[in-house]
Amino acid sequence: MVRQKHRVLPGFGLTMGFTLFYLSAIVLIPFAGLVLRALELSWADFWHLATTDRALAAYRLTFGASLIAAVANGVFGSLLAWVLVRYEFPGRRFIDAMVDFPFALPTAVAGLTLANLFAANGWLGRYLVPLGIHGAFTPLGVVIALTFVGLPFVVRTLQPVLQNMEREVEEAAATLGAGRLRTFVQIIAPSLLPAVLTGLALAFARAIGEYGSIVFISGNLPFKTEIAPYLIVMRLEEYDYTGAIALAVVLLCFSFLLLGAINLLEQWASRLHRSA
Amino acid sequence: MAEPGTRIRGGAQQASQRGTEESPLAKWVLIAITLAFCFVFLLLPLLNVFAQALTKGLGHYWQSLAEPDSRAAIWLTLVVAAICVPLNMLFGLAAAWAIAKFEFRCKSLLITLIDLPFSVSPVVAGLMFVVLFGLQGFFGNRLAAHGVKIIFAVPGMVLATVFITFPFVARELIPVMQANGTEQEEAALTLGANGWQTFWHVTLPSVKWGLIYGIILCNARAMGEFGAVSVVSGHIAGLTETMPLRVQVLYEGATAASTAAAFAVASLLALLALFTLGVKCLLEWKQARAERLIVARVERS
Repeated sequence: MVRQKHRVLPGFGLTMGFTLFYLSAIVLIPFAGLVLRALELSWADFWHLATTDRALAAYRLTFGASLIAAVANGVFGSLLAWVLVRYEFPGRRFIDAMVDFPFALPTAVAGLTLANLFAANGWLGRYLVPLGIHGAFTPLGVVIALTFVGLPFVVRTLQPVLQNMEREVEEAAATLGAGRLRTFVQIIAPSLLPAVLTGLALAFARAIGEYGSIVFISGNLPFKTEIAPYLIVMRLEEYDYTGAIALAVVLLCFSFLLLGAINLLEQWASRLHRSA
Repeated sequence: MAEPGTRIRGGAQQASQRGTEESPLAKWVLIAITLAFCFVFLLLPLLNVFAQALTKGLGHYWQSLAEPDSRAAIWLTLVVAAICVPLNMLFGLAAAWAIAKFEFRCKSLLITLIDLPFSVSPVVAGLMFVVLFGLQGFFGNRLAAHGVKIIFAVPGMVLATVFITFPFVARELIPVMQANGTEQEEAALTLGANGWQTFWHVTLPSVKWGLIYGIILCNARAMGEFGAVSVVSGHIAGLTETMPLRVQVLYEGATAASTAAAFAVASLLALLALFTLGVKCLLEWKQARAERLIVARVERS
């Protein structure tokens, strides 16, 4: 009955047909191609190609730097969301708009300008390099670029949750004699945790695949500042297709694991929201 | 009598303020940290682009943009975006219509598949097309026999960009169309409009801001994409270089003049980012105003 009522509208066949055709042509077939080529490899070959010393060093940097950047985003992103939602101050709307800047800015430009800022003669490097803080061409540079790229995720995930939060619970806690800090730690923080973790996981997932900004700031030294996506590009330039495919499969597996984790986190967040 | 009363009230007020708000000191410290962080991490990188682009003067700035290879890069960026954005817009409209207006099995699977390109590293996306169309790829030999070049040529760059920007329009449109429901379209059909008329005069106007926003995001990403395009482009100056790739080549030139030129090309992309942000703010402001108007109308009646 419901089904029939909806089918009153025309165009299902046309739009669905085009959707499936376009999805297959652009996404599914290229995807299947990569998977088929990966399946041609024997398990031993795959393992050998995916776990060379250089690849392991690249994974370590990619995942390590992405994790540090995601945690940094968790801290600063939460602070930013809190300040933007709870306080009135001059420049609030400007900063709110600027939070999306890392989304809008092409990653190559982000990498270019960050590398320049933190280089020895840059606006920030000028003061930081004499202190021994090298932000360009080091693993720290990778963390900086990934933090920039992932910044909007935590803020934009947390903001609506903070906006919809009932102030009554906080008032009740205060009436019952809890200090502000205790209210925050015991009442506010637990209800924000799923949203913060979701944002953090989104930033982490984005960081793992990031390429454009890192190329400029890291220096791309094998074993030192080379990330996994860059190693894929190197393998391709050597026409080592199978090597590139093996690394790509590892990255894809991690992306999908994270995608699953993000879905679980979102379910947790919406359950908490509904019961609250 | 009056004195203790006021004291009690004052005390209660203070307590309630302490209860749901931080002390002014804590509040301003948090605001100061936020402002400092945003200044260093958001504003400085933006200002630095323009400052570095102009270090060699306005003359050098124009000269680096007018140079043949840079002009070709700007042109190719526009061409790639001009092909990708309409394609993904068409797809977004079709997918949103099918998903929002009809019920069918495996709908959430379809939505997940549409979002798939977002969770694939750009480099891996580029690699997928190399695997399909490269010389060692599935269709590579047959294409080479017919003299068709896709990898290390413009068609491959277009394909990679379409892949990367694939979900943008659909993602913006699906929730808007779902929220709008199907009553208006059904009314139009009952009144004798045909399918196209209904879509054109009823559906499209009701989703136009979501559509514009999706197009703007899709366009920004299409013009700025680096990783996927870099893998399939082959970096042939003047032929297969888009603006982000041109930025890299100039930056690797490593002289002061070529770095300034890299920043000059980058400044155009930064302007595009600012334009995108501006449109986003405008759309949000319009939406907030529309919601306020509806609330006001409901209150009046």
